[in-house]
Amino acid sequence: MSVLNAALVGNPNCGKTALFNLLTGSRQKVANYAGVTVERKVGRLTTPGGLAVRLLDLPGAYSLVATSPDEAVTRDVCAGTYRGEPAPELLVCVLDATNLRLHLRFALEVRQMGRPMILVLNMIDAAKRQGIAIDVPRLAAEFGAPVVTAVGIRRNGGQDLLRALDLPPPPPPPAMPAGSDFHAEARRILADCVARPSRLGVALEERLDRWFLHPVWGMVILFALMFVMFQAVFSWAQPVMDLLDAGTAALGQAVGTVLPDGPLRSLIVDGVIAGAGSVVVFLPQILILFLWILALEESGYLPRAAFLLDRIMATAGLSGRSFIPLLSSFACAVPGIMATRTIQNPRDRMITILIAPLMTCSARLPVYTLLIAAFVPERRIGGLFNLHGLVLFALYLAGILSALLVARVLKNRDRQEEHPLLLELPAYRLPNLRDLALGLKQRAVIFLSRVGTIIVTVSVLLWALASFPAPPAGAAGPAIEWSLAGRIGHWMLHVMAPIGFNWQICVSLIPGLAAREVAVSALATVYSLGATDSDAARQLQPLLSAHWSLGTALSLLTWYIFAPQCFSTLAVIRRETGSWRMVGITAGYLFAMAYGAAFIVWHISLLLGWGGSP
Amino acid sequence: MRLNELKLGGSAIIDHVEDHTAGDPVAERLRALGFVPGEPIRIVAVGPIGADPIAVGIGFTRFALRRAEASRVLLRDAA
Repeated sequence: MSVLNAALVGNPNCGKTALFNLLTGSRQKVANYAGVTVERKVGRLTTPGGLAVRLLDLPGAYSLVATSPDEAVTRDVCAGTYRGEPAPELLVCVLDATNLRLHLRFALEVRQMGRPMILVLNMIDAAKRQGIAIDVPRLAAEFGAPVVTAVGIRRNGGQDLLRALDLPPPPPPPAMPAGSDFHAEARRILADCVARPSRLGVALEERLDRWFLHPVWGMVILFALMFVMFQAVFSWAQPVMDLLDAGTAALGQAVGTVLPDGPLRSLIVDGVIAGAGSVVVFLPQILILFLWILALEESGYLPRAAFLLDRIMATAGLSGRSFIPLLSSFACAVPGIMATRTIQNPRDRMITILIAPLMTCSARLPVYTLLIAAFVPERRIGGLFNLHGLVLFALYLAGILSALLVARVLKNRDRQEEHPLLLELPAYRLPNLRDLALGLKQRAVIFLSRVGTIIVTVSVLLWALASFPAPPAGAAGPAIEWSLAGRIGHWMLHVMAPIGFNWQICVSLIPGLAAREVAVSALATVYSLGATDSDAARQLQPLLSAHWSLGTALSLLTWYIFAPQCFSTLAVIRRETGSWRMVGITAGYLFAMAYGAAFIVWHISLLLGWGGSP
Repeated sequence: MRLNELKLGGSAIIDHVEDHTAGDPVAERLRALGFVPGEPIRIVAVGPIGADPIAVGIGFTRFALRRAEASRVLLRDAA
């Protein structure tokens, strides 16, 4: 049976993705185009006449004179020159019926490709509401291709298009002579085929933007939205995460009672189940964050937020689009890095990914609170501030300032090119539930299948390092000291002693690779507390203040500002950039900064006499 | 007069978009987005810090752009 290769093209904000979701439903596959980090969406559908169609949802483009990797992909696929993609047999060009001026110009540019084409006037319901009357048969005659109308957000809104697909493919429309003015031609066609009232429907946008883009009220609304989003990601996800945590622990215990004691039980319980648990535990945060981001994007608010924040982010050499991914990274860098997909400029996206791990994530809090409680005296400053709180604030601030610094350094590396903001502020729309649900499902699948596999593999590897070889019979001290991880920890001391770390810290950093907060329970294991997570910190606190110097504690706190050791972050960077080089650069520069800063702090502590045993 | 000099709430007609560099990609993109001679344009909002970037209404679309980008757009009949 033959399959028709068709591709959806159109301006950003033409409602193309909603139409794509409507036509293909859940029969979609999301991946990247070969060699670039541009998202490739392909879906299958069957027309009422029984024709099988493979539909490619090409990235939105304003012009085929490409200025971004997204547009270059669209241009090359339309031209049939993209390696590994068959040339589309039919281009389905989607136009927002309320914004034909801009969208028809692009359709005319696409027409020059000389491929069979169908024009889809999407959001025809909105156009009717605004009193726009379109002479569809006349438009088809003027343009030289079939024209159908559609409502991407309504069930059965794509029926006309499906019926059009059943007809034999139209001949390629006539191209204009080279060098023609697309704008003039679009204006001519519109004058012939479209009658619209003198701007009435724009009033709603006008009124909303007066609030949302207001220098004061706009910022107030933005910060209220961000505050609720941050709260949602940070604290509403917590109960579900605790539940999942408890669930995996219970599962581990249940499996543990069935299996006989031995390496196999340990592998399954401490390696596989614990590893899979550390993946699943991220899901609530990722889903909540993406629900917000998808809703903000669908509603048309996200570009407005970028507008308001552009100047602030420009001080770091970034655009307003980087703000939300960076804010989310305070909860966890994993969803934050996944959120960088909303940044179109590839260079801005790379820099945002690079500095996202510098935002102090929630996994660093247990380490911070443990060390601050053990080493910083409880004192009021100026009768208002608590010294513990001030130190914690300083640690967060240090992360933000170093992120600014890194972004500035990276920006100075390529200053020859201007990176424009130039952003469309689309019409406001109510987010569509089906589109939100599909978007969420795709994020969850990508995370579980692509990132999860790496994390589980590494967890099993780390388990093996911490478990083998087993201590000889009658040996003293905790088992981890006899294992490979213990030996590596002792060997690491040669590197880490100059920044004031002892071997116990070195050993605990290895299991801490799986997740930063694991370092706390690992420290408890090394100090033979044999405690569970919950009271490890309580028992450790007096022990640490007795055994560590203040300098060591400050050095470790400084190390954790940068904390290069988080495999989940590195795994998600690998997935989002498709490059091991980016992973290497991230890990490398974070390690260098962590080591350098801890080195300085330790040596200043030595000068101040804080390096000795308490 | 240039677009970056137009005040909030002001409107004008686009005269032309000039290249700041040879084959200026930003100017090229502005023209593709509808910043073409004879098109009415108005400033609908300005950013909270330093009144930068600006939001303009052109045709039935709104765009946000920085003042540096807007300086490529030459205007006439400003009101």
